[in-house]
Amino acid sequence: MTAREARLALAHLWFAVGAFGLAAMMGVMQGQSRANTALPFRSPKLFYLSVTAHGVLMALVFTTFFIMGLGYVLCRTTFDRPLVAPRLAWVSFWVAVAGTVAAAAMILLGKATVLYTFYPPLQAHPLFYIGATLLVVGSWGWGAVMLLNTRAWRREHPGAPLPLAMHGIVATVVVWYLATAGVAAEMLFLLIPWSLGLRETVDPVLARMLFWWFGHPLVYFWLLPAYVVWYAVLPRQAGGKLFSDSLGRVVFVLFILLSTPVGLHHQFLDPGISGDWKLAHTFATYAILFPSLVTAFTIVASLEIAGRMRGGTGLFGWIRRLPWDQPFFTAVALAILTFVVGGFGGMINAAYGMNAMIHNTAWVQGHFHLTVGTASALTFMGAAYWMWPRLTGKPLRLLALAKVQPYLWFVGMLIFSTVNHITGLLGMPRRVYDASYGGEPITHTWQDWTGLSALGGSILFVSAMSFVLVLVATAVGNARETDLSFEYSEALERPTARTTWDRLGLWTAVAVVLVLLAYAWPIWDLLQLERFGSRGFAVP
Amino acid sequence: MRVDPYERAWMWASAVMIVAFVATIAYGAVTQSYHPPSHVETIDPKQVWSSPSFQPLGVVERADGSIEVRVIAHMFAFQKPEIEVPAGRRVTFRLSSVDVIHGFQIVGTNANTMVMPGYVSEFTTVFEKPGEYLIVCNEYCGLSHHVMHAKLIVTPRAR
Repeated sequence: MTAREARLALAHLWFAVGAFGLAAMMGVMQGQSRANTALPFRSPKLFYLSVTAHGVLMALVFTTFFIMGLGYVLCRTTFDRPLVAPRLAWVSFWVAVAGTVAAAAMILLGKATVLYTFYPPLQAHPLFYIGATLLVVGSWGWGAVMLLNTRAWRREHPGAPLPLAMHGIVATVVVWYLATAGVAAEMLFLLIPWSLGLRETVDPVLARMLFWWFGHPLVYFWLLPAYVVWYAVLPRQAGGKLFSDSLGRVVFVLFILLSTPVGLHHQFLDPGISGDWKLAHTFATYAILFPSLVTAFTIVASLEIAGRMRGGTGLFGWIRRLPWDQPFFTAVALAILTFVVGGFGGMINAAYGMNAMIHNTAWVQGHFHLTVGTASALTFMGAAYWMWPRLTGKPLRLLALAKVQPYLWFVGMLIFSTVNHITGLLGMPRRVYDASYGGEPITHTWQDWTGLSALGGSILFVSAMSFVLVLVATAVGNARETDLSFEYSEALERPTARTTWDRLGLWTAVAVVLVLLAYAWPIWDLLQLERFGSRGFAVP
Repeated sequence: MRVDPYERAWMWASAVMIVAFVATIAYGAVTQSYHPPSHVETIDPKQVWSSPSFQPLGVVERADGSIEVRVIAHMFAFQKPEIEVPAGRRVTFRLSSVDVIHGFQIVGTNANTMVMPGYVSEFTTVFEKPGEYLIVCNEYCGLSHHVMHAKLIVTPRAR
């Protein structure tokens, strides 16, 4: 990677890390507030503002910028050719930065306290919607750079299958384009004109349908780059080999097909949508378990190869031989472990009948802190430990802290998430400033737990700050690293020719048909109703 | 494509498990009528207060002897704030919002629905256990979202 290319990747990654640090501060305060800790500046206004900021900065800004930066690194170093269209890459970066700054400013000024799901008819300042849209537009530019580079590499390597990492990144781009079509329609046709006063009303059910068209595949946009790291980087760093390259390709294709036609499982309890469509989306949601279960086998089998190559023996002896003191490895391995638990919770969320038990309760935040908050975020932290020395030319500093940090995250999240799953089952709603409801007796059953949740949050905060500190200390260090190469997993069996599973264009076409099948009809049904839109309600 | 025999077995087991989950859900939906509230009916949010389908508010005995509960959600309360229904009877809730999106969750039961402006939410349930239940709004609706609650009293069934 040239210095210029490294600068491009680092610009994205640093922006992501900055957003992450800020959002972590918001998060720790929310945990304390929920436990009724007497913070001097505690107020409902500040609480809901910080929930909005935490959600937007973590779920949209940190993830998107990190994935863009990671994408540039993977693209440049697996293709091993100069980056095509660097100018488009930089323009996209600045568009995304400008959008983020506009949206964040509106949030911090208290003009967009609508949470990161921004359901109308709660109405934010137009700049919030425009800023968020620009962030997405910037990410589209990044996707175009990924595709242009892929085309350039393919021309130079006719008939060869893509490196697995880029096969996964192209799948990520496709999922992202399919997903963001929904939110772009919501923003451009409904929310932006409505917030500017060009449109009097919006229909909240239609807006939510377009939002969740985007909102669920969004989680695969977070997850697929993590899977890329699990497949293409982890086995190598663990000292082993990838168990199956070809099944990895199948897995990414299945995500292209199944990521989007599932969004209605977030709207099980919405009026105005027939149960039949909700049931159809339920089935698609369960189907998407399959590629994750295949991944679980392939990755564990790859780690077993690594453990045995390191001299481990016996049924479980290989586990002890894995490099449990290496920051990259522990971060990623603990992320995978956490995802298994998160996946089980997800099956309950997606269950057509059981969902009503946990919908909009604290269970939900317990769930997604395991998935995006750990499976993706902790993998990204590991990936940062892997990339920073190679991009800056400097070895990781504060190494002891870097070794402890993933364990802190794991323990903090276990406490935080378990408690939230429990209080959710006890009926505590999510996203509330104060869950005491004037001292109603039933609230004591959950209030007793909130202190423990705040403790988990505090451990997570210490871990988050340690992560940021390690990266900053590394960047300001002087020592030079000698080995600067990005190395990728070798598969037990390396594919030599392209197969059906490499035909990503074909699979994308099939995915478009599936999205239309899943959404055209329910949206058509909705449009046939005599609908009464809603005017906007500003949050004071 | 060559797939390792163990992995092949794992993939079959995964597929069987997924089919079993889906079959369970389909069975529950078809034979036990386990459905999330999916009522399709629209209403002008400006007319909700005066709409005949929400007058009078609260508990109403229908002509067929079943019980209907009509609730209007608004920032930051439910009308009416106290609802009393008998145990063991079928109760149909009908709800709508006059401003933003709210949630309606009866803590300790699986009664849970979104309440949206422009739409009528409806679900039917039976409360077996007499007692007092807390009702909360579980969808963020503004800066006083956390105070929005109501009470459900389930009275013991008549002997």
